[in-house]
Amino acid sequence: MKMKLFIKSVFTIAIASLVSCGGPAEKKESTSKGALAGSAAEKVYVKPGEHDSHYAFISGGFSGQLSVYGMPSGRLFRVIPVFSQDPEKGYGYSEETKPMLNTSHGLIPWGDSHHPDISQTNGSVDGRWVFINENNTPRIARISLETFETEEIIEIPNSAGNHSSSYVTENSEYVVAGTRFAVPFPQRDMPISEMKGNFKGALTFLSVDPEKGDMDIAFQIKMPGFNYDKAHPGRNASSDWFFFTTYNTEEANTLMEVNASQNDKDFIAAVNWKKVEEYVANGGGKKEPARYAHNKWHEEKHMAISEMKDEVLVVDPRDVPGAFYFLPTAKSPHGCDVDPTGEYIVGSGKLAAAMTIHSYSKMVKAIENKDFAGDAYGIPIINFEAVNYGVLNQPGLGPLHTEFDSRGNAYTTFFISSEVVKWNVKDLTVIDRHPVYYSVGHLMIPGGNSRTPDDKYLVAMNKITKDRYLPTGPEVCQSAQLFDISGDKMELLLDFPTIGEPHYAAGIAAEKIKAKSKKIFRLEDNEHPYAVKNEAETKVVREGNNVHIYMSMIRSHFSPDNIEGVKVGDKVYFHVTNLEQDYDVPHGIAMIGAQTSELLIMPGRTTTFTWEPKQVGVWPFYCTDFCSALHQEMQGYVRVSAKGSNVPLKYTLDDEVPGEDDF
Amino acid sequence: MKLKIFTLLTLALFVLSSCGSDKKKDSETTTPARKERAAKKTVEKKEAVKVVEEIKSDLSDKGVGPIKDITIGDLDDALAAKGKEIFKGKCTACHKNKKRYIGPAMSGVTKRRSPEWVMNMMLNPEQMLAENPTAMALLKEYSAPMANQNLTNDDARAVLEFLRTLN
Repeated sequence: MKMKLFIKSVFTIAIASLVSCGGPAEKKESTSKGALAGSAAEKVYVKPGEHDSHYAFISGGFSGQLSVYGMPSGRLFRVIPVFSQDPEKGYGYSEETKPMLNTSHGLIPWGDSHHPDISQTNGSVDGRWVFINENNTPRIARISLETFETEEIIEIPNSAGNHSSSYVTENSEYVVAGTRFAVPFPQRDMPISEMKGNFKGALTFLSVDPEKGDMDIAFQIKMPGFNYDKAHPGRNASSDWFFFTTYNTEEANTLMEVNASQNDKDFIAAVNWKKVEEYVANGGGKKEPARYAHNKWHEEKHMAISEMKDEVLVVDPRDVPGAFYFLPTAKSPHGCDVDPTGEYIVGSGKLAAAMTIHSYSKMVKAIENKDFAGDAYGIPIINFEAVNYGVLNQPGLGPLHTEFDSRGNAYTTFFISSEVVKWNVKDLTVIDRHPVYYSVGHLMIPGGNSRTPDDKYLVAMNKITKDRYLPTGPEVCQSAQLFDISGDKMELLLDFPTIGEPHYAAGIAAEKIKAKSKKIFRLEDNEHPYAVKNEAETKVVREGNNVHIYMSMIRSHFSPDNIEGVKVGDKVYFHVTNLEQDYDVPHGIAMIGAQTSELLIMPGRTTTFTWEPKQVGVWPFYCTDFCSALHQEMQGYVRVSAKGSNVPLKYTLDDEVPGEDDF
Repeated sequence: MKLKIFTLLTLALFVLSSCGSDKKKDSETTTPARKERAAKKTVEKKEAVKVVEEIKSDLSDKGVGPIKDITIGDLDDALAAKGKEIFKGKCTACHKNKKRYIGPAMSGVTKRRSPEWVMNMMLNPEQMLAENPTAMALLKEYSAPMANQNLTNDDARAVLEFLRTLN
């Protein structure tokens, strides 16, 4: 065993060094001791009771969720359930949250979350909402940064592998959702081999209400059937544009790793969304049938309502001249990133030796001069030389993503050579490089994809951790690494594990969120149809085989807590209101035999779960969240009688009808 | 932070106070007819209330919190009615009029406590339970901490007016 392990370790190290051979000599930060290590520890140390300076919203990847960390400490505060059921919080199990996971395919209990992006005002992150995309069953979610809860999810029709998403324009006018997989548009039964020319790629623009944040599909662009991989809105002068990397311009439908890697150059698609918006406002586009779910949280009713929609406004790019261009970009580009000035558009050709940097001002001139190399499905292809600012030659192996600081520098991740490279955008010179452990995907600088980077920290998110943490069987954690980038050299400060695969993250100064974080839900504002405002309103009502319990909870009892007259075959609804009006006093409830999760109910909120008792007996329920010194006493009983029994319906608290008024 | 300290304190008090409570539990393990049992419970509870009141009645104690000094005039019926509505919504889960419940019976409370103390207990229960000897003794007796229901000063004043009607 030991021998085997040893051999394996040697092998791992050997592979690691092979993998990292693309860059110059590595620094061995991980083993360095002394002054440097000491100062790194000080830089991430947040004294007990003190707060971090930044929030980091890190994608939960295949967990389907969004996690909230503090920077620089790397402490995990909360996992916000978005696309997957979360029994810890009752999300996707309670009657109120189930509609949030509804789709045209029915309730989907799991999702693959990818790219969180914080809403912006005037090109700066404003801390109102986080948007995040679901890759598998294409959806976009909006999360409130007051409640840290998912408020809205829209399914994206005619799309598959919703990957070039969910990035916002400078004033959050739109969130985009670009399809990674070309598919029949609309879906239909056809031979796969006839893909070429027949499949399409949908680029979907969702409008965002400037006050409330409510989303809607404004229009969907029916692009050629390439794969649209990543996206970035323009900034400043280029802010009317959105840029999307494409690959598989070969339109291959099988053995993609070979067949989709034939062309030396694919494209960055440049889309003038302002022009499309204008075109649509003037009656352009065509309503086409589509089936998709639009799920919205109703704050006053404490519940999500799912609506099925049946059409979408489709725009053919050939109908909006001057709004669509292809910029040739080497080779199978993944990341598509625009610097804070809006002038430089960086395409990270994951199979190319050089990175492509295009110039927005050159693009404008080339369009004026019609400096085109032909077209693809009617969309002009701009001559490479006419749009290209330059290339960054052999900065590393396998470039993926780039973020920016406010000092004219870009930071790019290299997956194959496992490093982050800092380079000057204007000069196209490499300034610094630092190994990461290992196989880095995305990176994040708070505001690093906006006009105004807040550039003290950088987080690199790695796909592989191997030997970085104590082993936990074959599956080991994914990992983030925090860097201080305030100096000329990047300084590695901290490793911390993440949930799922962290595809991307969004960071923001804590001040922009902290003060408006919601503490309680006011009972006065609670319009849930089954809410109770005090114990006198608690009751049990039978409607045929459905039994509705209007229940309240407060430190530390339920009302009612003794219920009789429930029968096998009944469906029992526990509608539970937390009557507390104080911060950080949630109560939980769990019922033996209920085929659902516990509920965790915040002060002032009403939530419902169902229970279909299958056995006669007296069955207890209890509070699951340690709420006070008398938490262990917070419980009750439901008597379940046989089907057809004539035990009368009865509910009491302290042997009386709850809330009996003695005033 | 505050909440955590408070929780710890509550726990500590609970541990201290839970030694004496076995007697009550024993009496409840017997199963007399329901009426009898209810009657017995009421008697027990009334006694408990008396004990606390004898020790702690103190009208000069203003407690700690935002209310330093208030003047009470003739009973304001409209204000009392408003207070009753607030009380019903925010307080009845723990307080009844004549009956010991999760917390003390409200009847006669304004004869036992100063108006400032009553309002501070509503508005600032965390600090009251941590620092005010009367509030601390009540917590020890009832085990359940007074909940902060996030009332405004005006709300608390109205509730106080309502409580004056219960004498």
